[in-house]
Amino acid sequence: MMLQMTLRRIWVGVATMFVVSVIVFIMTSILPGDVAQIVLGQSATPETLAALRAELGLDMPAYMRYLDWLGDMLTGDLGTSKAGGAAISDLIGGRFGNTMVLAGLVAGISIPISILLGLWAAMHPGSWLDRTVTFGTLATISVPEFFVATLMVLILAVNLQWLPSTALLRDEMTFFELLGGLAMPIITLVIVVSAQMIRMTRAGILNVMSSPYIEMAILKGIPRGRIILRHALFNAIGPIVNVIALNLAYLVSGVVIVETIFSYPGLAKLMIDGVQTRDLPLVQACAMIFCGAYVILILIADIGSIVSNPRLRHPK
Amino acid sequence: MNEPDKQNVEAGQEVLDKLDKFDELPDAPPKRKLKLSWTGKIATMIVVFWMVIAVIGPFIAPFHEMDMDGDDSFLDAHSNEYGTFYLGTDYLGRDTFSRVIWGARMTIGISLAATFLAYMIGITLGIAAAVKGGWIDMAISRVNDAILALPSIMLGLIAIAAFGSSIPILVIIAGIIYASSVFRIARALGLDIMVQDFVEAAKVRGEGLWWIIKSEVLPNAAMPLATDFGLRLVFVVLFISSLSFLGLGVQPPQADWGSMVRENLAGLTYNSWAAVWPAFAIASFTIAINLIVDDISAKSGGSLAKKMV
Repeated sequence: MMLQMTLRRIWVGVATMFVVSVIVFIMTSILPGDVAQIVLGQSATPETLAALRAELGLDMPAYMRYLDWLGDMLTGDLGTSKAGGAAISDLIGGRFGNTMVLAGLVAGISIPISILLGLWAAMHPGSWLDRTVTFGTLATISVPEFFVATLMVLILAVNLQWLPSTALLRDEMTFFELLGGLAMPIITLVIVVSAQMIRMTRAGILNVMSSPYIEMAILKGIPRGRIILRHALFNAIGPIVNVIALNLAYLVSGVVIVETIFSYPGLAKLMIDGVQTRDLPLVQACAMIFCGAYVILILIADIGSIVSNPRLRHPK
Repeated sequence: MNEPDKQNVEAGQEVLDKLDKFDELPDAPPKRKLKLSWTGKIATMIVVFWMVIAVIGPFIAPFHEMDMDGDDSFLDAHSNEYGTFYLGTDYLGRDTFSRVIWGARMTIGISLAATFLAYMIGITLGIAAAVKGGWIDMAISRVNDAILALPSIMLGLIAIAAFGSSIPILVIIAGIIYASSVFRIARALGLDIMVQDFVEAAKVRGEGLWWIIKSEVLPNAAMPLATDFGLRLVFVVLFISSLSFLGLGVQPPQADWGSMVRENLAGLTYNSWAAVWPAFAIASFTIAINLIVDDISAKSGGSLAKKMV
């Protein structure tokens, strides 16, 4: 049953990716104007135009071009960048690793912090700590990512001068220099991503706390800390796993802003540069990678909640 | 004999009057009054303040948004022969204070326009899907799911790469992207209302589909949708200003809070706050709206908040 449900979710994920690829392709292909015309400009004669169209595959119907493009994508041929003509897979290679390092470190730091703070706030509802956490996280989720980043630069880089305000990575840097360079993007992203996770962890545990068996435990006289750690936490794991995966998916949009503000040499920075120069093949490739990561994380959230909650395995 | 009769009539009239009053009660329920907590009141004041600034800003700002009258770039508050620069100057020597005021019109104006567009598209399609059902519902819902399955910033980036960036395009892109979440709520509300007894009764009476939508569905969906408008507006403000911050939204030299942060980021190292003021402006606006929405949903038992997610 569980396997069946999981396979169904994976199938839904694959279907979503297919629709996503159609959307990306349509949005980048319905541009007014003809690429061949733009490339040849004034010197275009009907013959050279037709020849270039045939070379670029523009004389084929849209669905054929789509299938071609999808086939190339699936076999790892991401095409060539319009600016400079370099192979996109070469451009992406190292950048992808950098972004993964950033995302991995952020996840590794923010998950334990959020669960601990969320738990702590839920253990003392209404206390000053709880109120500070609740208001602080609400404020954080209602401001743009670049606001947090600006404040961090102002405080940590300008006033205290602890950290550099840009993340320049070089090969000959020592480990600690590297860590210093990574610190600002990591701190910013951790704050942004944790806020929502803390709120949802707290809400998840408080939700479980209102169920009858917890009331029973309270009436039995078990201390509050023990009730939360032994009784509530295990039943809240499902929602919490869900929350974590969903919020790591929000990392996708956070990364775009943070890599730009700190000039971090990652995939998102590459994509923004592509958008600015309107390098469509590059944007297509980056968009597919980001959307793929997003869909996979959401999929993990779904599967996580199925695995941890037996009730979801038997839909009525 | 006349006297008691008259008394009786008077007494009877009094009773009738009272009955009349009582009769009115069930027909006209007491008006729901929205009581805000003190945070809600302050938040409302902030939002109203920015709305007013957005409308009258260009008339009260001491400088034009493009005037380069300051003595130098990234200066602290100072005055010269042109006037006083209360918040100092930005990277081109323009008055930060005036540009924040001008930027309110741009940022809030674009976001409001985009949110209204999202509502028009979302409600029309959502109610249509809920009322009509069948393949129309299926088709719109599937496309909608795909749009919802993507991070909105990614969709925005792809669209801008394809179509370029200008203010009308920004409004349309944000309108379409956020219409998908409005659609989901409007459709859910519509489905809920369509199975209520009063709609059944209207159908039996032989009312037309348009009459049912106009007189039963829309009035009943109005309140939840209005609360959601605030949340949606926050998302749109964040979306637009993030794009502007990336240099892909409102283009210079026009003042917009998001692009102002970007332009003046370099000044932070010279201890200039030119990038911080517009960032504070965005934060105060979005936090205030969120506090109001929080207040309203807490007052309506929190059930509203859960539906809105």
